[in-house]
Amino acid sequence: MSDAVVVEGLVKKFGDFTALRGVDLTVARGTVLGLLGPNGAGKTTVVRILSTLLRADGGRAEITGLDVATQADQVRSVIGLTGQYAAVDEYLTGEENLEMVGRLYRLGKKESRRRAGELLERFDLTDAARRPAKTYSGGMRRRLDIAASLIARPQVLFLDEPTTGLDPRSRLGMWEFIADLVSDGTTILLTTQYLEEADRLADRMVVIDRGSVIARGTADELKAQVGGERLELTVGSVEGLGRAAELLRPLAVDDAQRDEQTRRLTLPVKGGAATLAEALRLLEGSGVELLDVGLRRPDLDDVFLTLTGHSADAAEGSAPETTETTR
Amino acid sequence: MSALAHTFSDSVVITRRNLIKVKRVPDLIVFATLSPIMFVLLFRYVFGGAIGGLPDGISYAEFLLPGIFAQTVVFGSTTTGASIAEDLQKGLVDRFRSLPMSRSAVLIGRTVADLGLNAISILVMALTGLLVGWRITSSPLEAAAGFLVLLVFAFAVSWMMALVGLLVRTPEVVNNASFIVIFPLTFVANTFVPLETFPSVLRTFAEWNPVSSVVQAARELFGNQPASAPVPDAWSLQHPALYTLIWAAVILAVFVPLAVRAYLRTATR
Repeated sequence: MSDAVVVEGLVKKFGDFTALRGVDLTVARGTVLGLLGPNGAGKTTVVRILSTLLRADGGRAEITGLDVATQADQVRSVIGLTGQYAAVDEYLTGEENLEMVGRLYRLGKKESRRRAGELLERFDLTDAARRPAKTYSGGMRRRLDIAASLIARPQVLFLDEPTTGLDPRSRLGMWEFIADLVSDGTTILLTTQYLEEADRLADRMVVIDRGSVIARGTADELKAQVGGERLELTVGSVEGLGRAAELLRPLAVDDAQRDEQTRRLTLPVKGGAATLAEALRLLEGSGVELLDVGLRRPDLDDVFLTLTGHSADAAEGSAPETTETTR
Repeated sequence: MSALAHTFSDSVVITRRNLIKVKRVPDLIVFATLSPIMFVLLFRYVFGGAIGGLPDGISYAEFLLPGIFAQTVVFGSTTTGASIAEDLQKGLVDRFRSLPMSRSAVLIGRTVADLGLNAISILVMALTGLLVGWRITSSPLEAAAGFLVLLVFAFAVSWMMALVGLLVRTPEVVNNASFIVIFPLTFVANTFVPLETFPSVLRTFAEWNPVSSVVQAARELFGNQPASAPVPDAWSLQHPALYTLIWAAVILAVFVPLAVRAYLRTATR
C-alpha cells in the first residue's frame, strides 16, 4: 500500500465540545502532509490520536496499516512524535536524553549509543552533547527533541508545530533539518500555523478549521482556489484612490477592492508584467501620487482568509469561537 | 523478552534518569534532609524539655528520632507527585506514552527513585540522631527491619502521591495540597509526643493512624521502647509492624492500578 497514514471520519469530543467532526486524510509514503489551521482548529488533537495518546470517539486511523486503537503498541514502534513543547529532560545531557529514548524504543544499549552519536552529529549538537539540556537554547532543545523522535528510524514522524516560538534564524535552520529528513524517505505529518512553513515543506496540505477539513490539495491547487494574480497599489491621497480605480478599470478582471484607510487599491488582473507596465502607463500624467505598486500572487494567507473568513493570525486572538479547550 | 522483563528493564532506565537529576541538582537532597534535621534540633532542644509523659528510662532523643524518620519519609514521598506533575507539564509524559515502552515503567521508575531518595534522607537523619543522643539498642537484624518498615510504608505513600500528581498536574499545587493532609497525619500521631496526653477522640484517631504504627514499629525495632512503657490499648499499636504492612499492601493494591490507569488516560493540558 502506498499510504502510510489513513484517517477516516475521525471524531473527538471533550465533554460538550466537539474538537473533531469527521476528519479524513491520507499521507502517501515518503511525503509530507501539512496540517494547517488556526489555534484550536483540532490539529494537535489529530496528532494526539494518531500517536496513540488520545482515543478517538469515532472513525478510524491506521499508521502503516496498523490500527491506532487496537494495535497501539505496534503503532508506537513505527512512529516518532515531536510535540509542541520540546519534551526533553532538562537535567539529562543531550546524549543521555537520546540514549534513554533509544533504550525505551528497545534498541539496546550499544545501538542506542551509536544512534545517539549519529543524531547529535546530524543535528549539530555534538559540541553540546555532554551538557545538560537545561543549558540549551530553544532551537537546540527542539533539535534534540526531533532527534529523540528519530532515534528508532520511525516510518512515520509527527511534527506538531515544530518551529513555534523559535526565532527566524532557528526556524530556517529547522526547515533545513526537516527537508533533509524528507529526502531520507520519512513520511511526515506536520502541523503548523505558519503558512510559509507549510508552503516550503509540505507536498500536500489539509486545512482544518473548527474540527472540519475545509480544503485540501497542493499549495498551487489551494492558491488556484483563491484566484490568480492581483495588482496592488498604494497612493498618496483618498482622491487619488478613486482616480486610480477609475483609470485602471479596463485592466481588472473582477471587482477591485479599495481600502481608504491604507489608501490601497487591489485589482484582480491577468497578463503578468505586461499588465503592470500597462497600469503604470495609464497612471502616467494623471496626477495620482503613487507610493507603491506591485504584482502579487496569492499566498497561503490569502487562501486562509478566503476559506475561513479570518486570517491564521487573527484567529489566534480575536476569534472567540476557536477556543483553547480542545486539548 | 517477556512483558515482565520489559517492564523491569524500562523501569531501570527511568529510575536511572530520575536519579541523574538528583546527582545534577544536589540541592534536592540537601533540602530534603535539611528540614528534618531542623525538626530534630527544634524538637530535641526547644520542646524536648517540656514534653512529659515519656516512659521511664528513655530520653526524648530516643523517643523522637523514630518519629522524625516516619515524618521525613512520608514528606519525602510527596516528591513523587510533584515530579510526575512536572513531567506532565513539560510534555515528557507525552513522549513516554508515545514510545513502545512498558505502560507502568514511568511510575515504577519514579517511585523506586524516590524510595532511593528517602533511603538517603533516613541515613542522614540517623547520623544526625546519633549526634544528639539517639541510639539503636536492638540487634542489627531488628534495626534493618525497622528501616525496612519505614521505607515500605513510604513507597506505598509514593504511589498515592503519584495519582495525586497525575490528577492535579501542577507541582506547586501537589505540594500545597499534600501538606494539608500530611501535616495533620504526621502530627496527630505518636510522632512527637506520647499518645497518653491526647484528648480521647483524637487519641483513637492517632492510635489507628498508620503513621503511629510506623513510628511504633520503628521504636520497637530500634529498641527505643523501654520495657517500662505501657502496653498500648489498640491492636494497631500492639502489632505495629503487621498493621503498617497491611496498610502498605492495601494502599499499593488500590493505588498502583489507579495511578497506572490515570497515567494511560492523562494528556498534557
